[in-house]
Amino acid sequence: MDTNPSGRRRFLKQAAALAGVAAGAGAGAEWGARGQSAGSAGKTDNFNPEAEGYDHRELLRRGARMTVDHITYYTPLQDYAGIITPASLHFVQYHASHFPDIDAKQHRLTIHGMVDRPMSFSMDDLKRLPSVSRIHFVECHANGSPMIHNAGNENMGPPVQFIWGMASNSEWTGVPLSVLLNIVGVQKEASWLVYEGADPGKFSHTMPLAKAMDDCIVAYGQNGETVRVEQGYPIRMIVPGWEGPFNVKYLSHIKVVDEPYHTWNESMNHSVIRNDIGGKSRWYHFEWAPKSVITRPSAGMNIRPGYVEITGLAWSGGGKITKVDVSTDGGQSWKEAKLQAPVLTKAQARFNFDWVWDGQECVIQSRCVDENGVVQPSRAELYKDWGIAETDKPARAIHFNAMQPWRVASDGSLHDAMFA
Amino acid sequence: MRCSLSLLVPVMLLVAPATGLAQSAQFNVGKPLSQEEIKSFDFMIGPEGQQLPPGQGTAKEGAVVFAKRCEVCHGKEGRNGVLRRLVIGTPGHPHTGTFTEADVAGPSYYPDATIAWDYINRAMPVPKPGSLTHDEVYAVVAFLLYQNGIINEGDVMDAKTLPKVQMPNRDGFVPAKPVYPPEPKPSWW
Repeated sequence: MDTNPSGRRRFLKQAAALAGVAAGAGAGAEWGARGQSAGSAGKTDNFNPEAEGYDHRELLRRGARMTVDHITYYTPLQDYAGIITPASLHFVQYHASHFPDIDAKQHRLTIHGMVDRPMSFSMDDLKRLPSVSRIHFVECHANGSPMIHNAGNENMGPPVQFIWGMASNSEWTGVPLSVLLNIVGVQKEASWLVYEGADPGKFSHTMPLAKAMDDCIVAYGQNGETVRVEQGYPIRMIVPGWEGPFNVKYLSHIKVVDEPYHTWNESMNHSVIRNDIGGKSRWYHFEWAPKSVITRPSAGMNIRPGYVEITGLAWSGGGKITKVDVSTDGGQSWKEAKLQAPVLTKAQARFNFDWVWDGQECVIQSRCVDENGVVQPSRAELYKDWGIAETDKPARAIHFNAMQPWRVASDGSLHDAMFA
Repeated sequence: MRCSLSLLVPVMLLVAPATGLAQSAQFNVGKPLSQEEIKSFDFMIGPEGQQLPPGQGTAKEGAVVFAKRCEVCHGKEGRNGVLRRLVIGTPGHPHTGTFTEADVAGPSYYPDATIAWDYINRAMPVPKPGSLTHDEVYAVVAFLLYQNGIINEGDVMDAKTLPKVQMPNRDGFVPAKPVYPPEPKPSWW
């Protein structure tokens, strides 16, 4: 991939220059450089795995949180408009220390287990098959957990980014998983799949066969370009509307089975201890409940008295968003926001709300309803449902979809009011 | 809508095998896998452990492997490491009662003993995942189960004994046997 040393040096110089420009532009700019797709900013497409000079280590220049066994990037929800998350800004929650270096020409997807014809597919095979492109959100199961509200640091952006930014929305292109399963011939006793990525942690997950045959995509494209390294190059699973860990990256093996496998990640990392079931752990959550958040204005920003456009995103794993309401008085009264077309199933929808701020302290928040009639709860309602004490901030609360209140102070500054 | 979906699914499953052959020929893609090839990558282990390979190990053997390959991250005997506390409870005295978020990394929390084997075999140790022999994996799992107070020091772990280990938190998961659509239903379903 990187055979030309002089090209490589040139690329590194350009990348360093770009990083400098980006840092300068970000200081004091309302629409900061965080909202700009790094790949589109210069001549070298340093985020395209198939471009000359590509080096995924460039990602390390982007603000993020990293530990020995985790790499996390938060989507800057506050910095972009519309509904598509630029691929370079799509969140990452990765369970190993480094991204794998996969040669797409050598990569194979195998499907075996309870099938009539176990087979392996090259990338060339996959791209010869019927394809679909669909817009869907992907969201980490722990996005918005109570503990993250005071966990921010300067690398993680403003609160709406680090609290809710493990959700992103892309157009995914690939082969419907059902097409591949029909080719290999699923046996009638089968009821689940277990599938594995080629990352160092061999991220694995179980999925019911009914979902696999419904709307899943083995994706090789994202927003019109090749899936990027940090997003699972060369292929990843897209499981529309379901919690993040189902969307296994670097997809390499699918085994058709007749029971859930309780893999380490899903039983340990993706179960959650809950008081409402006597301290036992809830697991196998599947789809996301409806969720919305005001992205602008939000904590860390400032507004002036007079006209203010309130804008945000709403999404649900259950289908389409049908309604978003906004309250500017702490939830006492609600007015309907405008939903901007397109409003797609299992995808983020953009809402806008015209507001005139009178300069008085207040609390703004949004709530949404999906096509199944499910209403986004307040934090108090969610806590009651889950048996969490009012004063408690559980470390993780998987599937946390409470409304996010932002407090507007009389000087126009905004603050996180979830626990205030 | 949900009713119609769950009615449709069995129909699709019945249809799939009949149309599969025609589609395969039609698309002319993919390469059939031999049993030998499948064996070379088929390492995922289910909760009942029928897929476990031959091999065996004890806690004593595992202590040696653990000190060499695992201790650097997970600490001496799996306690107080820089990453993922793997041991709660002590030999002969398993953890009892409920768990906190700090307790979930190690096998005391897992519903099945096979999870430890599957994960260690495929994903550990971090610098070189998959580099432990099957005997070494059985031994490390035996060591961790012993340190967590779940098995005795002399117990031999192999494909037959490991799935039979009584895990203290086996009943700690809801639903006990996951089904789809979920039962009990989450509040939003």
